[in-house]
This record gives sequence, structure tokens and C-alpha cells, in this order.
Amino acid sequence: MNTTAQLLHSKKKTILESWMSNQLSDQGLRDDLISNEELHKQSDELLNGLARAMATGNTDNIYAAEYEPITEILSDISITRARQGFSPRETGMYVLSLKKAIADALEQELAGQHEQLYKEVMMVNRLLDSLSVVTFETFIKGREEVILRQSDEISEISTPVIKVWEGILALPIIGTLDSARTQVVMESLLQEIVNTGSNIAILDISGVPAVDSLVAQHLIKTVSATRLMGAECIISGIRAEIAQTIVHLGIDLSNIKTKASLASALQLAFSMNRIEVKSHSKSTTFGFKR
Amino acid sequence: MDRIPILKLGPFLLVTIQVDLYDRLALNLENDLITMVSKTGARGVLIDISAVSIVDSFMGRILGNIASMSGIMDAQTVVVGMQPAVAITLVELGLTLQGVHTALDVEKGMELLQDKIGPDYLQEQDEEEELDDRTE
Amino acid sequence: MQIVREQDVVLFRNRVREYSTKIGMSLVNQTKLITAASELVRNMLKYANGGQVVIEIISKSAQNGVRLTFTDQGPGIADIQQAMQDGFSTGKSLGLGLPGAKRLVNEFDIQSKPGEGTRVTVIHWKHGR
Repeated sequence: MNTTAQLLHSKKKTILESWMSNQLSDQGLRDDLISNEELHKQSDELLNGLARAMATGNTDNIYAAEYEPITEILSDISITRARQGFSPRETGMYVLSLKKAIADALEQELAGQHEQLYKEVMMVNRLLDSLSVVTFETFIKGREEVILRQSDEISEISTPVIKVWEGILALPIIGTLDSARTQVVMESLLQEIVNTGSNIAILDISGVPAVDSLVAQHLIKTVSATRLMGAECIISGIRAEIAQTIVHLGIDLSNIKTKASLASALQLAFSMNRIEVKSHSKSTTFGFKR
Repeated sequence: MDRIPILKLGPFLLVTIQVDLYDRLALNLENDLITMVSKTGARGVLIDISAVSIVDSFMGRILGNIASMSGIMDAQTVVVGMQPAVAITLVELGLTLQGVHTALDVEKGMELLQDKIGPDYLQEQDEEEELDDRTE
Repeated sequence: MQIVREQDVVLFRNRVREYSTKIGMSLVNQTKLITAASELVRNMLKYANGGQVVIEIISKSAQNGVRLTFTDQGPGIADIQQAMQDGFSTGKSLGLGLPGAKRLVNEFDIQSKPGEGTRVTVIHWKHGR
């Protein structure tokens, strides 16, 4: 058993206290996000685990089974912190401030034995460095999860399917169409077709900044899928520059019904569904009255 | 051997596929359906796949075959009720079921068939009735 | 799981569905994966008279996925590049099996030597990307 492990055992209380005060003295600490008791509990657990793991004699391989409880606690802490909105600095300091606490305790214990002190401090350094790498990794992973969830939410928000008339749906697409987005668009459009029993869908691309061959391919896919369901798909909102690029790129949209504006697409949809919309002209009303 | 029942509805044939087809069953269906078309002189075939969760290229090919075979015998084929997930998968697979008409549900498929056969269907029915009179 | 008969295809598809439901895959992604699996298993039956499939749940950076490994001792594929082209088929099918399956899943790997058999590995992630 090495000195640090013994020390962690015997002077756990002192180390914990000095670690806590190190943490608390950090100006960046967000006591609004985590209570002191909670922090105390977390730190206590971690120290216990560390003492147990170091007692096994393994002091450099943190991926060994002895360190599993520790990496687990750390991952847990970092992920919750990432979700709660802690900064990477705060999360990183959590482990790094322990380093100082242990080093202080070691200094007291091994006063005068410089060589031994150096060895132990270096070992603790290495160990805690690798543990803080784990913290960072999981912290970033936690943040990535947040980002992934948000991008899912955004893509869901940005694809509203509107029922404009009995049997007619409209879907304004805003922003670029990539393959992930196309799938969301297709899914919500097709589901809505089933839900409402609509037989015509208008895809309005006025809000799509540019149409390249990939975007065109996604559009064609959406149209084909709609057709397989037994509904017709009209693409509207094709601006002059988009028409130009489509022709220059040699994209064949001849199998697809296209219209320049949503209004004319709607008109086409009406005539396909044999719906007539009339405006009451004033003269006939007058004529009627007379 | 399992078989998929084929219902005759006036001049149309209606098939509702309730189970995931394995190959033999699908091939049987193709056979039975084509035989029925020639026997009854049906003008349209409705295939309801609303309960089918997987259509792979083999199933797609069977559907295409049924459509083109009955097409030669002057019967239109309408596939109805495809699941959204199935439609997306087929498109991704590169299968667009050329030559097969589609509709949202059986009712809309029936309307579509009636539109497709249109006026000469009525005429034919008159003739059929005359024929029936004579045979009686 | 051993695949030797046609009826195994439906059984196998149900197994894949079980696994993908377990990790909470969405319906569309499930359908894509199962369709791809169906294509590959059909190929295996047709060209190699069956083979073996391993279904596994794997995870990578906070994402779960399903991995399917198809192994057969069939005749193998001489020209993989050609086999991966749309519309190419040595049998009388549409020639969509391999390239279609590749388009349906996130990761696709094929290894084959003539006379030694073929091994296809596909991975589909829960979120489909």
C-alpha cells in the first residue's frame, strides 16, 4: 500500500475539507446550481472510491475495473453538470482542485522526505490528470447530447404541415434541405396525409435559399414517397434563380408538377379536386337586390 | 398452404394483405390474382397493404408484376393504404412502383378505378346484363 | 441465427424488429433497417442457400444502434463494385438488393471472395445518422 492510499484513508476528513474549501473559494462556483450539501456528498463519495481504488496498488490505469466506480461517479457528475449549464471550467476545476488538497496533505505527512514526496505528488498528478480527462470527455458528451436534442427539436419545429383545405395540405420549407431534414419532412408530411386523408400536398420551397442537385434529389424523393401513398405532390415557390440553377444543373423535374407561387399551386389543387372558389362580385349582388 | 383471400366486388377484385408475406405466399397471390382476373374479366384490382409493415424489392417486384400482367388483360391495379414508413423506405431503396396506381385507402382506390374505367365500364355492364338475360 | 428456409425470413425480420424496438428506434428507421435486412437475407438464401446472421446491439458516443452481420459460404461475389450498382443482377431480379440495402442503413460493409463466401455487415443507429 502506498502512502497516498494510506493518507486518503487516514486523513480523509482533512483532505475532504480542504478540497471543499478549495472548491468553495473558486469564484466561479455556481452555488445557485448546486447546493453545498450535494457537493459535499458527491465529493465524499468520490474520495471513498478513490481510496479504495488506490489501495489496490493500481495507480495509473484508470480504465481498470477498480476505477470503474470512480469514472462512473465522475461521468455522472459531468453529465449532470453539462445539462445544468455549468461551464467547462467549473466542471474541470472539480477534479483539479482535489489535486491541491491531496498535495497539501502529502506535504504535511512527508515533510522532509523530498524524494518520496516528489514521487507521490507526481503519481497523484498523473492519476488526477487522467481522471480530469475523463471528466472533460463526458462533459462534452453531455453537451453533445443537449445539442442533438435541440437540433431534433428545431427540425421538428421547422416543418409545420398545414391543412389549407379539405384534402389539401401545404408544407412550407424554410432553410436548407439535407438528408436528415428531408426524412423529418417526409415523415411528418406522410403522417399528416394519413391523418387527414388528404390527396394533394403542396411543398412550398420559397424559403429554401438554394437548390442544388442534392436538394432536388431530396425533393424528388419526397414527391415519389407521396405518390406511393396515393397522393399528389405539387412543388411551389420556385424563384427565377432556382429555376435557372435547376436547368443549368440538368435536373429533370418534368415528372413533377411545379408552380411559381403557392397561390397558383392552390389553384391547381382546387381544380384537381374539382373545387371551385368564387368571389361574390358586387354587381351581381346589386342586381339581385334590384 | 396458406392463401390470401381474393374478394370480388362488382367489376373489381379486392385483396387485403393482413400478414407479412413470405415469398411462397406472395408468389401464390400473384398466381391466384392473375387467374382470377382472367376468369372473372375483372376491370380493376385493389390491393390493400395497410397492414403490411415491410415491402422489400421482392414484394415490390410482385406488385409490379401483378400490375403489368393485369394491365395486359386490361385491368388496372391500385395499391392502397401504404404506410408512411414503407413509402419512405421504398423511395430510399430506389423502388417507385412504376405503372402501379396508388390511393390512400380502399374507398379512394375504388373511386380512382371507377374514374379510370369511366364510361365504357357502364356500357359494358349494360351489355353484360343483356347477356345475362339471354342466358336465363 | 441460422437462415436456411424461406420461412426464416419472416422470423428473422421479427427478431430484428424486436431488437430495434428495444433500443427505441423510430418506426421509419426500423422499417429501413428491416427492409435492408430482408434484402440481404434474401440474397443469402438465393445465392448461397442460406447462412448465418448475428444481431447485436452496439453503442457509440451516446448513441445506440443495431448491427447485423450476414455470413455465408456461398459462391461469393467476383466484382463487388459491379454488384453494388443499381440494376445489376446475375439472377432475374431488379438488382436493387445490395445497393438499395446500402442506401437504407447508416453503415455498410461487404467482403467477399469468389468461392469462399460473402460477409456483409450493416449498422443502423437509433437516430438514423
